[in-house]
Parts: sequence; C-alpha cells; structure tokens
Amino acid sequence: MAASVRNNSVGEMTGTSNGFAVRTERVSRQYAMGEALVHAVDDVSIAVRTGEFVALLGSSGSGKSTLLNLLAGLDRPTSGAIYAHEQNLADMSSQQLAHHRSHTVGMVFQAFNLLPRMTLEENVELPLRLAEVERAERPARVREAVERVSLAARLSHRPSELSGGEQQRAALARALVNRPTILLADEPTGNLDSVTGDAIMRLLQEINRNLQMTIVMVTHDKVRAARYAHRIITMRDGKLVTEGASDEIA
Amino acid sequence: MKLRDLTELAARNLREAVLRNSLTTLGIAVGVASLVAMLSLGVGLQELASTRLSRSGLFDAVFVTTQANMRAFGGPPRPLAERSSTQPARKLDEEARKQLAEVKNVVEVYPEVRFPTEVQFEDKPYMTTVAGIPASARRDGAFDEMKGSFFSGPEAKEAILQIEFARDLSKQTDSLIGKDLVLRYAEKQALPAEDAPFERAVAKPYANHSDADDAPASGGFSLVPRELRLRIIGVVETEPATGFGGFGRGRLLIPLQIAQNLRIAQPTDMREMLRGNSGKPTYETLTVRVNSPKAVQGVEDTIKGMGFGTFSILDATKNMMLFFTVFDSLLLIFGSLALTVASLGIVNTLVMAILERRREIGVLKALGAADRDVRRLFFVEAGAMGLLGGVLGVAMGWLIGRALTIGTNAYLKRQELPAIDISSIHWWMVALAIGVSFFVSLAAGMYPASRAARLNPVEALRYE
Repeated sequence: MAASVRNNSVGEMTGTSNGFAVRTERVSRQYAMGEALVHAVDDVSIAVRTGEFVALLGSSGSGKSTLLNLLAGLDRPTSGAIYAHEQNLADMSSQQLAHHRSHTVGMVFQAFNLLPRMTLEENVELPLRLAEVERAERPARVREAVERVSLAARLSHRPSELSGGEQQRAALARALVNRPTILLADEPTGNLDSVTGDAIMRLLQEINRNLQMTIVMVTHDKVRAARYAHRIITMRDGKLVTEGASDEIA
Repeated sequence: MKLRDLTELAARNLREAVLRNSLTTLGIAVGVASLVAMLSLGVGLQELASTRLSRSGLFDAVFVTTQANMRAFGGPPRPLAERSSTQPARKLDEEARKQLAEVKNVVEVYPEVRFPTEVQFEDKPYMTTVAGIPASARRDGAFDEMKGSFFSGPEAKEAILQIEFARDLSKQTDSLIGKDLVLRYAEKQALPAEDAPFERAVAKPYANHSDADDAPASGGFSLVPRELRLRIIGVVETEPATGFGGFGRGRLLIPLQIAQNLRIAQPTDMREMLRGNSGKPTYETLTVRVNSPKAVQGVEDTIKGMGFGTFSILDATKNMMLFFTVFDSLLLIFGSLALTVASLGIVNTLVMAILERRREIGVLKALGAADRDVRRLFFVEAGAMGLLGGVLGVAMGWLIGRALTIGTNAYLKRQELPAIDISSIHWWMVALAIGVSFFVSLAAGMYPASRAARLNPVEALRYE
C-alpha cells in the first residue's frame, strides 16, 4: 500500500517507483438522470507524476470535479481504471477506498467543509482519529500541520470565528495532517477574494515544492492555473480537450 | 475508528441536539420505567404471596396420617376389604415418629395438638381453639413481626394470642401482654382394666383385628376437668400451620410440649379405645418438617413407601407459580409495549440526525471514515441514549413502585390492615431493564445507522 512507501515526516513525502502518483486509463463515469444518461467523465486517460502540480481546468459541468472525486476514491468509475501508486481504485473494496482516502490523499473543498461545532484543533485532529493514530502522537501532528499553514495561534477557534482564507488554510492543515502523498483540491479559491485566493495558491505551491507533494487542483481560473500549476489539463463535456505545460496553454 | 474516539464523537453529537436527544432519552426512560414498574409489581406480589404462605409453614412440611384415615383428606373411603391383614394400616405411634425422624432431609417430626376449650380471662369465659406450637416455628418467619416475644422455653407456661382472639379479649391488644389467663380443659386419665368390664365384652367381636390379637386389653379413660394458668407474652398476626386440617384456626398458641403434657382428650381416643388398642399413644397426624421445600417431594414419596398417607401443599404451589408466570408475562408484555414505542422515538431521532448531518457524514467519509465507522457512530449514539434511558427508567420505575406501595399501604391502614410491600426490585431486574433498553436502542439504531453508512459521499458533500 501507499502507506508503506511514505516517510514519517511531512517534509519527506515522496511518490512511487514508476514516477506516477496517480493515473487513469480510459476512465468513464456515467449517471442516469431520469431517462437520460449523463457522461460526466468520458474515456479520460491522464497521468500525474509524483511531485507534479496539475490544474484541471474547465467550465461548470465539464466533469473536472467528477474526475477529482474518482481520483479521491469518493466515487467509482463506470469503466476504466484509476491507479494511485499503481493500486487500482476500481478494484478496491469500500474499506480499502476509505483507507486510500485516509492515508494516500488529502482533500480540500471550495466550501472548506470544516465541522462548525469543532474548534480548529479538533477539525484538524479528526483525520487522525479516523486513521486510528495513537493519541500521544496527535498533538504534535496537529501542531505541525497548523504551523505549516500559519494558524497555530487559532487552535481553539471555531470555523465561524475564522475568515474565509483562514478556514481554507485550516482545511489545508486538516488535509495534510495524515501526511498524504497526493493533495486533491476542488476549487480551493472559489469562495475567496483575489488577494486571499492568491495567498492560498502560494501556500499550495509552497507545499508542492517543500513537501514534493503531488497536487491535482480543479479550477476554472485559467490565470491562476497558468501561474501556479506545472501542467494544465482542460476538460469539456467530460472529455479531455487539451493537456500541456501551463506556460504553453496560457 | 477506535471506540474511545467513537464515544467522544457520539457524545459531542448528542450534546449538539441536546433537547431532541433528551426527549428521546426520556421516552426510553418512560418505557423502561413502565417495564420495571410492571415487573417489580409482578415479582413483588409473587414474593408477598410466597412469604405469606412460607410463614404458614406449609411449604416445607409434609403432613402424615395413617392410610386408614386418608378419607379425611377428601378422598373416597377405602373399602374395608382393601385394608386386609396382609397389608395392615400402620399406626402413627411413637415408633413411627422415630422412623419418620430418620428419613433423609427431615429435620423435625411433631404431632398436631389442637383442641377447642374454654379460657377464663378477667372473670369472663371465652371459647377458643388452642394449638401446640413447636419451638422450631420461631425460625420460619411467622413470628417475625409479632408483638411481645416467643416462648421462653419448651415447657414455659406462656401463651401467644392470635390477633383476632386478642381483639375478643381487649380492644387494646398490646395491653394484654403480661396478663394471665386460665385455660380450662378436660384431662384424660386412664382407668385400670378391672374398672372397664365393657372392654372384655367388646373385645370378642374384634378377635380377628390384627391389633387385638396380641395386645393387652385396653383400659378405658375418664375425663377430669383441669385448669392451667398461662402468662400472655405475645400477639401474632398470622398463625403458623401446625397441621393441614387446622390451618388458620389456632387462636391461642402454647408450647407444643405443654400441650402434649396436658393429656387432652382427643377425638381419636374414643376410636382407639373401641379398636382395643393398648394404652400406647397414637397420633391422628404428624407434621414432618423438611430442610428445604425442594426436598418435600422426595420425603413425601419415602413416607408413602413406609405405608403412611401424606399430604403437602406442593401441588398448590405449582399452580401458584404457574399463575404468577402467566401474570408476570402479561405485565412484561404491557411494559414492553411502552419500550417499543420509545424505540420508534430513537429511529425518528436518528433519521432526523442523518438529514441534518448529511454533509458532515460526507466530510467524514472524504477524510477517511469507512462505512463501518459511520454505522458504529450512529450505533454508539443509539446505545448511549438507550443506556442513559435505561438507568433513568430504572430509577423512575423504582419510584413508581414505591408510590404504588405507599398508596396501597395508605389504603390498608384505613382498613386497619397491616402494611405490605407490593413491588420489589432486584439487581437482576435492574441489569435486565438496562440491558433490554440498551439492546432495543441498538436494534432501533440499526436502520438509521445502516442508512447513514450507505450515504454516497459525493451526494452528501453537495447537500446544503
């Protein structure tokens, strides 16, 4: 499993032997909507190298979020294969997918999705509880994650007491606390003003550089994608449209 | 997720919707309370009946008589031909008494001494029934709540009055203790053989009677009026049984040894004299006390094998137990109905919680929670409500039982009847009620927990 190749330090997280952190092979995801069949993701093959920062670009309904959910193991493909560190998610049981979400990937969302009744510290500790990390180890892991996003002073605050940018940084800390190898971000700046959005993007870039963490980010902001990502994959109507280095596509 | 983390998260969730969860828990508590109250009422009444009957001394006693006297128990009289010389009816004499005392599990054998007579108290005559009480009766509980004290010795010239008779003597029954009364009775005195020419005349037709063959000629007897002064030392509510025939009839109780020493003329004396029996004393019945009610059946069978007739309350006890089993079952069903309704409250509360926490469930799954974790989280919440409701319900059930007892006793007091305890809560009942509450809650949480576990995380995360 991916967990076996991970190091114990956030700063030393690496990928796998063949160089790909995650890749898909002709993956499709279809939904039945009434009598119509919606091809949310249609025959998409992509490969993301370890330590790469990839932006999934596209308009609303293009299938980029569905593809991200498939990479996260939150959803199962109708056909095709998804490999995370060469483990096919399509073949995994729901228990194994939960383990993948807990140990291999970290997720951040546009709406932050912090639990409102918990403090920042409790929110960040939650993935450690789910991963059954020893109690004695948890405070240090929480502190390490919140210091990385510069929120150490706000540990006892509830989400409602934090600004939008702080909430997204808290969500980032929560995504990092289990030391995943892949960070999946679904429109992380969608609910933020441009200044705060840029700050979050710089933080993601810093995490990618310093931790060599693979990042797949869904966005419809072409400018930011070009500025911060190594590579941009564009989708339209569930299909892959273009793929290339960010400076080429920009 | 580890149990401690699950418990902490569940406790947090329960605190979040404190009003709704408290009302649900209260619903369970009411259900458990009704269950406990019903059960404690059933068990309490059963114990009350058992205690009262145990105090009668009937449960650990076998009443023995001769086969010839079995008609006295309501059965058809046995034809004379059956009582042939090949299998003579055994006499209940001193020898038989010793043999019975040696039977396994038998602790005591004593005769029934009970006779009607006149009592003189403060220069007024009263007719009553006197019963001899063995010293062992002190242990069987009938005298636990008596006023005054038990006999100071086996030959103490003391009397204990049954409450009804005590009321005949004085309205202030307590004031009787320490006063004297005089027992007037007819003592049987044996006549020398020459004073009984009638004996020889009647011996002839009975020549074939097995007992008459080799026994010396029986003497007659005369009756001599006697008096015995007794000190009243106690008043008792119930009388311990000293025989199957006289249950509840003894109104003046004296030590058995004293009663035997009085040599009171008994109805059997006339019969024994006519049968030409010797002067050896025989008993109408003997009471055999057994060390445990469980041993009654075995002792009864052994005694029957010895050629005596027996009677015990065992069959009546079995019927009583059957009645209480049915009674308890009915109470249990009614009590369970309330708990069933309460369990629907749990289903409702948890289904509501799923709707409210849909997005949270999605987040938990996105962060790595397995379906099993979500299911267990809801189970722990249901179990916690069940456990808390169970504990609260037991306390409420106990209070209801107390209230019923207090109410009943208030009524009994107005009727000048002694207080009773109609409800009884045992530890097994507490454990059962809390256990049932816990497991019923878990069962009620099964559907919501399974529904929450099956939630699609992508759809749950989209939920607003």
